[in-house]
Amino acid sequence: MSDALLKLDNVSKTFGGIRALSDVSLEVPQNRIVGVIGPNGAGKTTLFNVITGAYRANDGEVLFNGDKVTQWPSHRIVRAGIARTFQNIRLFAGMTVWEHLLVAQPHQGNFLRRVLPSRLADPAAWQRAEEALEIFGLTDVRSSIARTLSYGMQRKVEMARALTAGPKLLMLDEPVAGMNHDEAEELRTLLLRLQGRGLSILLIEHDMAFVMNLCHQLYVLDFGALIAEGTPTEIRQNPIVLDAYLGSETTC
Amino acid sequence: MSTYYAGLFADVGILLLGALSVYIILATGQLSLGNAGFMGVGAYLASYLTVELHWPITAALLASAVSAAIIGVIVGFPALRLKGIYLAMATLGFGEMVRSFFLVFEPMGGSGGFRGMPHVSLSYIWLWAGGILLLVLVLERSRLWLEMRAIHDDETAAGLVGLNTTATKIGAFGFGAAVAAICGGLFAHHYVYIEPANFGFERSIDFVLAVILGGSTVGAGALVGSLLLVLLPEWLRFLVDWRLAAFGVLLILVLLTRRQGILDRALIARLTFRRRAAA
Repeated sequence: MSDALLKLDNVSKTFGGIRALSDVSLEVPQNRIVGVIGPNGAGKTTLFNVITGAYRANDGEVLFNGDKVTQWPSHRIVRAGIARTFQNIRLFAGMTVWEHLLVAQPHQGNFLRRVLPSRLADPAAWQRAEEALEIFGLTDVRSSIARTLSYGMQRKVEMARALTAGPKLLMLDEPVAGMNHDEAEELRTLLLRLQGRGLSILLIEHDMAFVMNLCHQLYVLDFGALIAEGTPTEIRQNPIVLDAYLGSETTC
Repeated sequence: MSTYYAGLFADVGILLLGALSVYIILATGQLSLGNAGFMGVGAYLASYLTVELHWPITAALLASAVSAAIIGVIVGFPALRLKGIYLAMATLGFGEMVRSFFLVFEPMGGSGGFRGMPHVSLSYIWLWAGGILLLVLVLERSRLWLEMRAIHDDETAAGLVGLNTTATKIGAFGFGAAVAAICGGLFAHHYVYIEPANFGFERSIDFVLAVILGGSTVGAGALVGSLLLVLLPEWLRFLVDWRLAAFGVLLILVLLTRRQGILDRALIARLTFRRRAAA
């Protein structure tokens, strides 16, 4: 159990009097795809924000790769190896796709390399950005302002940007929201490929079919508390989950 | 070149440095209305060093740039907590603070001003102005500048993709302050007389105006804005008393048609592409 890449230990977060997360404990093992599901307002995005340092947990610990990262600033957590995307896409308004893929890369070496024209000073970064373009099929739109692209494309740019940060753990907040079936299927294949290259993935998703066919392990969050965990098959048959989340509408 | 145009181009060079100092800080999304304060620090310090301590002008400018950078970093820290108009008001307060300080600071002449500086040539002014413009244009192609733009566009997201927003924003304040100090030092050694009123609120506004008019997303915009801001009122002299009003109308017309300023990245990309295609 101790070899988990990410481990949350009784994490709680309150906003004023509202308990957004209460005593959440979960684990993401190395090289696994883990999903967090739950109804709207269950605290899924809050959970992501606590892990990435956007919010501070009121209680409990977040451990990443053996380090207590609970109080670290966001940028340090990213550099330690956690990169994320956002539910409401947050791309940089004035930047091209290409620039998005350069900006998030970790710095290599000295300050001089950072202030000289990056084309000359850091060809390796250009190489990595090229790779990310290729992986996500963004080569044709590299010079477009990212915000002008279609919703599905913007999601891909966000994921590509997160990937160029060189993470060990990729956290995706509703990656298939706004994508059609083909795009979602394409993304599923892509995520499996990334996992095949050694990446661990933690994702929040509403699309049940997508989650069930992708994740190794699922956690179910309701009103800020975990109500179930297990493999997709176990979750599908769990009466508490059926009651709280899937309800009578379940078709899977 | 006639002395008339030499004087105008000296003003353009000095304004360009001031505009660049605003542009550098604005590149991280922080609007400073207090850069005349940094300019004043540079002007007084450089003048003291050349007049009282007989330093060579270049050494005096470098020393005042470093000192202003330190002050800029100190101002940058509280500025981290402020955004938008609140930051603008706080920096404005800083600028007025510097002006009032020199108003009562008798060792440097107080309200009577300070004189006796060696005069610098037009080409010396442009050596600095051109050099720093070039430095900014090269920096614009770096990773650091890309990070500054990311912070400008979405500070929270920038932090969450791994950028140290605090260090970058403070660094930009320090760099901008250093450039403003050089602007002030050159101003002092061009006019060979300074008084606190030279570094008031209107001066800070001029810097911001040059950046907004020329285009606030590209360094070359500061050059275009500075040229227009100095030369246009001169070309409108035939309108006599109405020239400043006419200038105001032109300014509004430009901003109505091109809100992002005269130059922007898209325009520059198009121009350079044409040049490449023609070659």
